[in-house]
Amino acid sequence: MKVKYFAWVRERIGKAEETVEPPASVRTVDELIAWLSNRGDAYAHAFEKPKVIRAAIDHAHVKPDAAIAGAREIAFFPPMTGG
Amino acid sequence: MGMAATIRIQEADFDIAREIAALGQGRTDVGAVVSFTGICRGTEGSEPIAALTLEHYPGMAEAEIKRHADEAMARWPLQGLTIIHRFGRIAPGENIVLVVTASSHRQAAFEAAEFLMDYLKTNAPFWKQEESARGNSWIEARDHDDVAAARWTKS
Repeated sequence: MKVKYFAWVRERIGKAEETVEPPASVRTVDELIAWLSNRGDAYAHAFEKPKVIRAAIDHAHVKPDAAIAGAREIAFFPPMTGG
Repeated sequence: MGMAATIRIQEADFDIAREIAALGQGRTDVGAVVSFTGICRGTEGSEPIAALTLEHYPGMAEAEIKRHADEAMARWPLQGLTIIHRFGRIAPGENIVLVVTASSHRQAAFEAAEFLMDYLKTNAPFWKQEESARGNSWIEARDHDDVAAARWTKS
């Protein structure tokens, strides 16, 4: 699946998007965050406060317990500050 | 009702007068037009800033704003709705966002515009970075914006 990062999540990880293939045991958004956090210091830094991180699946906001099965694109970003 | 909202995510500035005029053009059933313009301030907190840079999530920004536009049109009798949100580098005094609502009566136009702005602030995927003498830093979300958005949730 494609994963996208925005704002300081993107800066900390050092890339705007990538393709990842988490194992089948990773079923939800918060499990994916935990799995990504183990990919290195940059990821651990970006996801150090998982409760602050917002997520979207295929362009719609989702909660941390949302299932990721079938997702084409998952995005992680800080709370939004538009408007 | 069949009315489609105009939603634009763009780097360029917009012409507020032209957008307002467009909603009333060729019709006589509009009795009220409300417009809200969000403008880049020259200070953040008490610190002067040189500019804001807005990052957005292309695709989701349009989808999320359309969801809220559809909800506004379902909740209030609107005859026209335009939402424009800019991205990129924006200097103090420049426009950031525009919401224009048209209705037969003012209450619907006022309420729908306020609802949309409250939701844009907390749910539209945009992030502001400020540029100042101390370097660049991401602006943090404000709790009172969440409170403002939550008051529109029907219990």
